[in-house]
Parts: sequence; structure tokens; C-alpha cells
Amino acid sequence: MSTSQSSDHDSKQDLINYVLRLGDDALILGHRLSEWVSRGPFLEEDIALGNVALDYIGRSRMCYNYAAELSGEGKTEDDFAYLRDERQFQNFLINELPRGDFAYTIARQLFVDVFNKHYLSALLQSKDQTLAAIAAKGIKETQYHLRRSREWTLRLGDGTDESHQRMQTAIDELWGYTHEIFEHDDIEQRLIDAGIAVDAAAFQKQWLADVSAILAEATLTVPDAEWAVRGGREGYHTEHLSLLLTEMQFVYRAYPNAKW
Amino acid sequence: MSLEHLELFEVFVRSARGLDHKHAGSLHAADHEQALEYARDCYTRRSEGVSIWVVKSRDICASQEDDSDSFFDPSDDKPYRHATYFPLPKEVGNM
Repeated sequence: MSTSQSSDHDSKQDLINYVLRLGDDALILGHRLSEWVSRGPFLEEDIALGNVALDYIGRSRMCYNYAAELSGEGKTEDDFAYLRDERQFQNFLINELPRGDFAYTIARQLFVDVFNKHYLSALLQSKDQTLAAIAAKGIKETQYHLRRSREWTLRLGDGTDESHQRMQTAIDELWGYTHEIFEHDDIEQRLIDAGIAVDAAAFQKQWLADVSAILAEATLTVPDAEWAVRGGREGYHTEHLSLLLTEMQFVYRAYPNAKW
Repeated sequence: MSLEHLELFEVFVRSARGLDHKHAGSLHAADHEQALEYARDCYTRRSEGVSIWVVKSRDICASQEDDSDSFFDPSDDKPYRHATYFPLPKEVGNM
């Protein structure tokens, strides 16, 4: 009896961990995108980027609310977003990298959007009804995000010499961060076995094929570089995350429970 | 990217319960496809629409202010073009 209880507890803890990871990916990328607000290349694109940012922040809220509900203890979404430190965030590193120039933002969105298209399609089949519902909402958003990032990739890649060069530089700089998004640890393996989590490795080849096709059409080159950076799911981050958190969490921590 | 490379488009949105597309505003975009997406982002983000048309502003042929006299004034003295001009016979009742 006690063993079964402890295993229940562990599987619940696994699920909370997993939900927080998905929430962290969404929140951190959403925050990065929100940094474009008022700095977009022109008004229409500024608003479009803000919309995408809000889709991600909305997704993170669904995840954090679910994690709060699972953990009980009276936690709220704000506790997860604002009161955890760098080491407790478990987002993939690609999401926390600075927004860079516009080409860099577009290249990252392309990689992430193609990834999410496959990831959320698989998550739709999750035995966890809440995660399946989050995926159902996310997949519609992602279809639109991908439409945007694909078109911008074609426009910039096959545009001027400068836009082509900036896209290629961004792709080369980001490539090493696209490996860990297909990896998982024991926590996620247990959830994959239980039919709850997604095994991203299953669609890695399809992701590469999709991305390669778009890059080829955009006259851009798929990097063959071997380097890979990893650590996000373990809480080991680049130096950029702490600066992002400082800005994002400052008001909440300086004025706890402030209302406006 | 500067605005000089972009075209001006007019946006028409049909709301969920509306039968016709109504002019919602204008925006800049590189081509029709992008204009449609920006229209979605700028003019339907509060669930205003179920259908969008975009058309290049320069493709719209508009009447000119100078033509007002000849275009519109001649109909001012033709009230019989309004159905309400004609008294209804009592037998018809309400129409």
C-alpha cells in the first residue's frame, strides 16, 4: 500500500514537472517575443509579433494553472512565473536566447514552429485530458505562427544580399540549440511510457525534412555543424535567462501582491 | 525594412453576424498574402471577423471631390426615387 502511494506521488510529481517544462518553454519564448513590442520593423509586424507573444504567454498560463491545480498547496500561476529562480526554470535553451535582429527572431520561430507543429499534434493524443486540450488550442495557433515564420524565411532568405546573410548567420548560430529539443530524461520517459508525454525523437527526422525544405526554398543552407548545447531541462541555462528573469520578475518581487 | 518597400492595402472584414464585408481600415504589407495576415492580426484580434478581403489601395478607383456637383447633386431634387415619396393606398395597410 505504501509503495503504491509513493509511486502515485512520484508520477504526479513527474506530471507537474513536465507541465512546468512546457509552461517554461512557452513563457520564456513569449517574453522574448514581447520584447519586440514597440521595436518591430513596422507597425503591422509589431502588432503581429505581439499577437504571437500573447499566444505563448497564454499557453504558459494554462500550463502553470494546471501545475498549480495538480500540486495543491494553494499555489498559483504567478508563483511559478515570478517566484522561481533560474535553476528552477526548465525551458529549452533556444527559447531564452536574446531576440537578436529580426532575422534571428524569425529563424528561431521557424525552428520552434515546425517543432511545435509535430509536438502538439502528438500531444493531442495524450492520455492526460488537460494536456490534450492545451495542445488542441496550441495547434491552431502554431499553424498560423508557422505560416508567418515560413513566409518571412522565404522573404528574407531569398531577399536582398543583406537579408540573406542575416538569415544564414542566424540559422548557423541557432543550429546547435536545436538538438536538445528532441531529447528527454527519465522523468519524461516515464510519462512517455504512460502515454502522457510526447517523444520528440520520433519526429526529429520529419522536423529536419520540413526545415530543410523551407530553407532550400529560401536559398539558405542547412548547417552541418556538429556542436550542440544542452542543459535547459536540467535547469542549466545560458547567461541570458537570469537577465530575462530579472526584468520579468522584478515588479512582482518588489511589490508582492500588488494589484492594479 | 522601411515603409517605402511596402504597399498600402484596404481591409474589409465580415463580422460573424454580418452579411457584407465592411471597410475596417488600411495597412502596409509587401504583398496580398502578407496583407491578409496583418489584417488578421490588426483587425480581427478581438474576434471581429469570420472573413477578410484585402485590396491594394491603388486598385481602388474613387470618385473625386471635384466631381461631387455632377455626380451627386442631380439626385437631390428627385425625391420620387425614394419609396417613401409615394402615399400608400389605405387598402395596402402597412408595408
